[in-house]
Amino acid sequence: MSTQRKIRILVAKPGLDGHDRGAKVVARALADAGYEVIYTGLHQTPDMIASAAVQEAVDLVGLSIMSGAHMTLFPAVQKALEKRGVSDLPVFGGGIVPEEDKAALLAGGVNAIFTPGTTTTEIIDWIEANVRPRVEG
Amino acid sequence: MRDLDDQLPGAVDELKELYPHTGRAFVLGITGNPGSGKSTLVDCLIRSYRDAGRRVGVVAIDPSSPFTGGAILGDRIRMQRHATDDGVFIRSLATRGHLGGLSRSTQDIIAVMDAMGHDVIIVETVGVGQDEVDVVSTAHTSVVVVVPGLGDEIQAIKAGILEIADILVVNKADREGADRTVADLSMMLDLRGAAAKRVRILKAVAVKEQGIGELVEAVSEHRAELDHETEGRRRALERAETRLKDLLRSLALDRALARVEAGEGLAALVQRIAERKIDPYSAAEKILAELMGEA
Repeated sequence: MSTQRKIRILVAKPGLDGHDRGAKVVARALADAGYEVIYTGLHQTPDMIASAAVQEAVDLVGLSIMSGAHMTLFPAVQKALEKRGVSDLPVFGGGIVPEEDKAALLAGGVNAIFTPGTTTTEIIDWIEANVRPRVEG
Repeated sequence: MRDLDDQLPGAVDELKELYPHTGRAFVLGITGNPGSGKSTLVDCLIRSYRDAGRRVGVVAIDPSSPFTGGAILGDRIRMQRHATDDGVFIRSLATRGHLGGLSRSTQDIIAVMDAMGHDVIIVETVGVGQDEVDVVSTAHTSVVVVVPGLGDEIQAIKAGILEIADILVVNKADREGADRTVADLSMMLDLRGAAAKRVRILKAVAVKEQGIGELVEAVSEHRAELDHETEGRRRALERAETRLKDLLRSLALDRALARVEAGEGLAALVQRIAERKIDPYSAAEKILAELMGEA
């Protein structure tokens, strides 16, 4: 009987992005790695994301942003999470993010940014190294 | 709720404290094949209950992969408009190997939502085959959703579904074959006798929010029937008995396996059985005898 907790990850696409193929690919890869992925799809407002994160008691929030609006959306989501009392919930992102912006986001508290070309293995390794200890601990 | 799902020991203690505060909520089960529109229907039901001022809890269950242990829990997508309504609490659960359409933790999650003060708790279960009928031992009223044009599939699903449904909804009723499906279902129910005749068959087009009022009313009527007749009491007793037996089954198994691990280990025992050095009955009886002996 395994007593290892299942890691629950919220995968959302905030804002006005119209395509979700990238997010779906990541969601599928994470599920295949044994995680439980709550996939909320397109057009999520920061508050919707925070509300879902709390109700679903997730360990990690993943945002997929291809629209270029990452500098507004990440902080907005972080703020929404804080408002709901879960400011220590790790947040990672994927999508089109230029290097300078990536540095700024990481400095602002986003835990990881995975740009196109990152393998799903890298993401999973990161989760096991950074999220698993918090969940088990 | 998370602790219950992950089976942390402390969580059960908290549940014990909550238990006397449960029993108030009305539990509505919604089940049906994948693609039948369950989630969209649930979304409409949430809206209807919210408009009536009720607090709604939703437990949405999706299957875990038997190979990876992971799951994609995507039912929330269809319930977006309620995402920031504080009167709605949606929890997605994965089956984690549990059969029957629910997760092992479903009953406990419902109990927590009940104690939280939700008036209606909607349980949306994994698309149903013949064996996935656990919803009936959890919900007060069970709604089964089908779609037109299933043809021979209606024949295939009849056994499980028709036995558990209190209400049958033919969703996507704007498709060809809807009336035919209603007629087929009606005929199958007729063949089953008196109790089946009270099963209501409705049509709906959930994406267009059609047929929802009728469904809510049918659920209300069924609920009233349960309240006024002995059937409601009988089901409540059955739910309690099923829960007890399920828990005994899983707790007893956990203890027995722990006993084996403390001894020769499960792998070694399984090896002996496979090599015909001991038969499975004798192995099981021996473990149980040891368990009882140390009570």
